[in-house]
Amino acid sequence: MRYSAWEVFRNGLTGNKAWKPVWRDPEPKQRYDVVIVGGGGHGLATAYYLARVHGIRNVAVLERGYIGGGNSGRNTTIIRANYMSTANVKFYSHCIKLWENLEQELNYNVMFSQRGLVALGHSDGQMEAMARRANFCQLEGDGGEVWSLEECRRQMPYLNYDDPRFPIYGAHWHPNGGTARHDAVVWGYARGADRLGVDIIQNCAVQGFRIEAGKVVGVETSRGFIGTTKVGMAVAGRSGEVAAMAGFRLPIESHVLQAFVTEGLKPVLPTVIGFGMGHFYISQSDKGGLVFGGDLDGYNSYAQRGNLPMMEHVAEAGMALMPMIGKSKLLRSWGGINDMTMDGSPIIDRSPVENFFINTGWCYGGFKAITGGGDAFAHLIATGNYHPAADKFTLKRFETGELIDETGAGPRPGRH
Amino acid sequence: MRIDCPNCGSRDRREFQYLGAAVLMDRPAPDAGEQAFVEYVYFRENPAGAHRELWLHEMGCRSWIVAERNMGTHEFASTRLAADVKRGAK
Ligand SMILES: Cc1cc2nc3c(=O)[nH]c(=O)nc-3n(C[C@H](O)[C@H](O)[C@H](O)COP(=O)(O)OP(=O)(O)OC[C@H]3O[C@@H](n4cnc5c(N)ncnc54)[C@H](O)[C@@H]3O)c2cc1C
Ligand SMILES: [Zn+2]
Repeated sequence: MRYSAWEVFRNGLTGNKAWKPVWRDPEPKQRYDVVIVGGGGHGLATAYYLARVHGIRNVAVLERGYIGGGNSGRNTTIIRANYMSTANVKFYSHCIKLWENLEQELNYNVMFSQRGLVALGHSDGQMEAMARRANFCQLEGDGGEVWSLEECRRQMPYLNYDDPRFPIYGAHWHPNGGTARHDAVVWGYARGADRLGVDIIQNCAVQGFRIEAGKVVGVETSRGFIGTTKVGMAVAGRSGEVAAMAGFRLPIESHVLQAFVTEGLKPVLPTVIGFGMGHFYISQSDKGGLVFGGDLDGYNSYAQRGNLPMMEHVAEAGMALMPMIGKSKLLRSWGGINDMTMDGSPIIDRSPVENFFINTGWCYGGFKAITGGGDAFAHLIATGNYHPAADKFTLKRFETGELIDETGAGPRPGRH
Repeated sequence: MRIDCPNCGSRDRREFQYLGAAVLMDRPAPDAGEQAFVEYVYFRENPAGAHRELWLHEMGCRSWIVAERNMGTHEFASTRLAADVKRGAK
């Protein structure tokens, strides 16, 4: 069924009995042309673009739990394209342009909202860096301005302008940034892929790979062996584990990041606000909850939960910036396992195993990349060539020294 | 999370700084070749189970500690002074 206002109206009049499940629940076939491991946003978007752009429809997405149960359903949903290294600038600009048309493309409401993003600056030097960042955005047509202190006070009267540690000097305003509803992005791509013939197979854990003469020929799963010509791995925090099943290592560590949401409130926050110096960012969901987060807990982890010190730190940063949130009650907090690369940038590439492709290393910024990441990964799997917007995200760069170290943090995955 | 420092006993995690996998102690010989250094600097086992890693008891005795911790449960199996580990058999 194509969704439309008319369908909502018609189904409303007929007791809402005609709505169908949005994707099928098929048994795995014996073989596929492409098996995607991981039913997060990246895996599902990849399957969708394989079918839609490249006409490869004999595709399965294998998900060990339920789709969107990983980071794609756990993130703070911030979308932005205000990067500065050449490789990231062109890639995230490509992503945001796909976001702008995603709902029409998928015929699905993902609640994409370009409400704009504010990045606060706290010194003259930082304001110059903000101006530079805004220029980068403008060059790509993604909107970038600099807000003076007066403009900040006018736009965000509720911030604490008297913080002696990090006084607010101004901000970088990125009007094309914003948020989307994470679950809906997962479901929208799943529905789109399913309608093009892709099998989405949940509760199907990949446990090993059958590799013959250096070439992958199939996947061992909790639901039996599945033959395939190509494998695409998109398992985020589990990348190290799945790569080990195929016999190679990655320049990646898994780290836990927490996020928090308050009870629903009346609209108070019209934009996304990033307080980099305090390691704090916040937005308000359409349901009214204040969604916020901070930095990684700081140690390797595969547990989808963090510890109290980071919660305390995030709460302190929030109170320092925005004292008005102090009275709202915290509703929930959770953690997700991020695939932290050694330079903070992703990998969309081949692997040491033939016909085995990898999409990984999204750190804690891969939600915004679901559109372009899926597009670029499908392009690579289908054609064997890098997508022009994502041709620098190679595995080889760690050997050749062509690192994409946006923050200049060095080979310290927990710092990116 | 509390960490058992061999010198100071069980202490709050906030007193410690985390560095990374304990393989960082095994720097290749200067002439080991480029590939050995690429592996050393960038590539990791990143196991979903027991992990040997380096913590600095920064706000305590300032010793480096090699801990074995489960990445799935965060449970510490052992902590030893890095200096002892380096001296003894690895
Ligand atoms: C708390 C938090 C906040 C974040 N905030 C933002 C943000 O504001 N903006 C932003 O852009 N990004 C953000 N991110 C990052 C973003 O969520 C991720 O980069 C992105 O969702 C990764 O998508 P994915 O499809 O690669 O991974 P996932 O959504 O994690 O999907 C991977 C899937 O693979 C499955 N899987 C794993 N192993 C196997 C196996 N052996 N067999 C079968 N399936 C397997 C998992 O169950 C999982 O469903 C945040 C992340 C976290 C944790
Ligand atoms: Zn100590």
